[in-house]
Amino acid sequence: MTAGAVADQRRAELPRRIKTTLHPTDRIFHAVSRVIGAMVLVLTGAIGLFLALQMLPVLHHYGFKFFTMQDWNPEQNVVGVAAAIVGTIEVALIALALAFPLALMTALFITEYTPPQLRSTLVALVDLMAAVPSIVYGLWGFYLLQPQGTHVARWLAEYFSFIPIFKVDTDAHAALWQQTRFTASAFITGLTVAMMVTPLACAVMRGVFAQAPPGEREAALALGGTRWGVIRSVVLPFGRGAIIGGTMLGLGRALGETIAVLMVLSQIYKINLRPLQVGGLTVSSLIANRFGEATALQLKALLAAGFVLFVMTLAVNTIAGVIVTRSRSGSATEI
Amino acid sequence: MTEDGTALLYDTTEYPQLVFDRGAHLDAVNISAWFGTTKVLERVNLSMPPGVVTALIGPSGCGKSTFLRILNRMHELVPSAKLAGEVRLNGSDIYDPSKRITETRRRIGMVFQKPNPFPTLSIGDNVVEGLKLNGTKVTRSDRADLIERSLSRAGLWLEVKDRLDTPGASLSGGQQQRLCIARSLAVSPDVLLMDEPCSALDPASTRRIEQTILELKDEVTIVIVTHNMQQAARVSQQCAFFLAETGTPGGIVEAGSTSEIFQTPRDPRTADYVNGRFG
Repeated sequence: MTAGAVADQRRAELPRRIKTTLHPTDRIFHAVSRVIGAMVLVLTGAIGLFLALQMLPVLHHYGFKFFTMQDWNPEQNVVGVAAAIVGTIEVALIALALAFPLALMTALFITEYTPPQLRSTLVALVDLMAAVPSIVYGLWGFYLLQPQGTHVARWLAEYFSFIPIFKVDTDAHAALWQQTRFTASAFITGLTVAMMVTPLACAVMRGVFAQAPPGEREAALALGGTRWGVIRSVVLPFGRGAIIGGTMLGLGRALGETIAVLMVLSQIYKINLRPLQVGGLTVSSLIANRFGEATALQLKALLAAGFVLFVMTLAVNTIAGVIVTRSRSGSATEI
Repeated sequence: MTEDGTALLYDTTEYPQLVFDRGAHLDAVNISAWFGTTKVLERVNLSMPPGVVTALIGPSGCGKSTFLRILNRMHELVPSAKLAGEVRLNGSDIYDPSKRITETRRRIGMVFQKPNPFPTLSIGDNVVEGLKLNGTKVTRSDRADLIERSLSRAGLWLEVKDRLDTPGASLSGGQQQRLCIARSLAVSPDVLLMDEPCSALDPASTRRIEQTILELKDEVTIVIVTHNMQQAARVSQQCAFFLAETGTPGGIVEAGSTSEIFQTPRDPRTADYVNGRFG
């Protein structure tokens, strides 16, 4: 046996390395998509890194007080994001409390009750809601929603003021009530933001509800189920992930909403735990408001506030993404 | 013995005409059906008496599944579907506007080709879900009873009695199908429609389901669609042969007792089909 034959035999016992030669078009597409895909990650990372770096001198200068101080008064060397963070969460939660039922009901109505010939029109209308610029919502909130919404706020304060968050420090029962105590509040702002969050959450929910397995729908109907029964037994369990995920995506949007908040909410620099009462602050509206007049260190402080917001929305959106992709209940029955 | 050599489990020469306390009489009268402008069924008449398993046989696309879905108002779920004629349950038309559709579907249950238990629910909850769906309250003591009774009737009780809390989706395909039968039985239907219930199952599970069908036939009226000739011969006492010739809507070529259809068919097309010469 020659040396070559021995080597050949030895090679035959080893696993082969499989290599595919890609067609040039495939290779180009691979390269381009890989670069673009990587770019998205690099961009997000770069934004985060940039903001984090801006934050360092701020933390160095103000210390941990940056997170606990409520006032934003650079002239007196007092800068803190506590009021803004609390206010942001407050507005976002109010927006969600309103947007969640609205989005859920709209999505269910579109997928379960609307006649097919009307469905595409309704879907387009809801999508159009998402396309309206937020400045328009801001105007709408300021000129239309606010004058009406204050009556709702007063009613809530009148009957539920025994619950601390519904308290307003004015006499809600008075015949000549002080309407200005109820304007420009976190509640009115939340109402406005809810209008922007609803179409987003609705689109996510609708997409998944429409995919509820037809086999299970028919099973429920064949047992004598009503439409509501089908929703309860099939659609909602199947769409649970989308309900949670869609709401969280909406929360992400609500946290970052700027211009409409700036137009409606009147800024005060202390924690206001009375959402029905005038005044509040959110991180994004704080940045937008103070950006123009800022000195170098103040600018860094604003960027640091931006970083806090960035981390909050990134966390919320990531959790939402994980929930939406993970829970495709129903897929377990495929046989 | 049938002509193809399979033994009949049941002596079908004697057509049982007893009075049963369970099961209802289902009559299809002059049923025609359309999808859009395409007519798929023409003037189908079939009487499905209680205590008898009726098999609907025929090649694919002959309208037998459409016919079955007309029998419990599932046909109208397809937006373009239309129909003419009457389906009478114990003499009264189920398409009468005064009849509530949910009640009709409860009384005429359906088991589908692909097992479709509710995946997020446990085995026990799957059984009682039908009652919840049509708004019947079940007390805790009734619940256990109902679960045991329904699962026993579907021939699944012994296999699952120790794991009623595990998800329905964890069962094998054949067990899932029997769970679906149990679920249908829990709402006490008068009629049970089965649309090729064994076509996704292995031979052993198929055997088990057929046994279940034979055990149930005195309690509910059963109508089964099947592509499997031997299965029709094994489980049914009455048979209807559907056929749609090219370009024409489907209809019944011949209906009668299973032994007649398999041994002495009147129509040559029936003879060709049951002997496997086409379809």
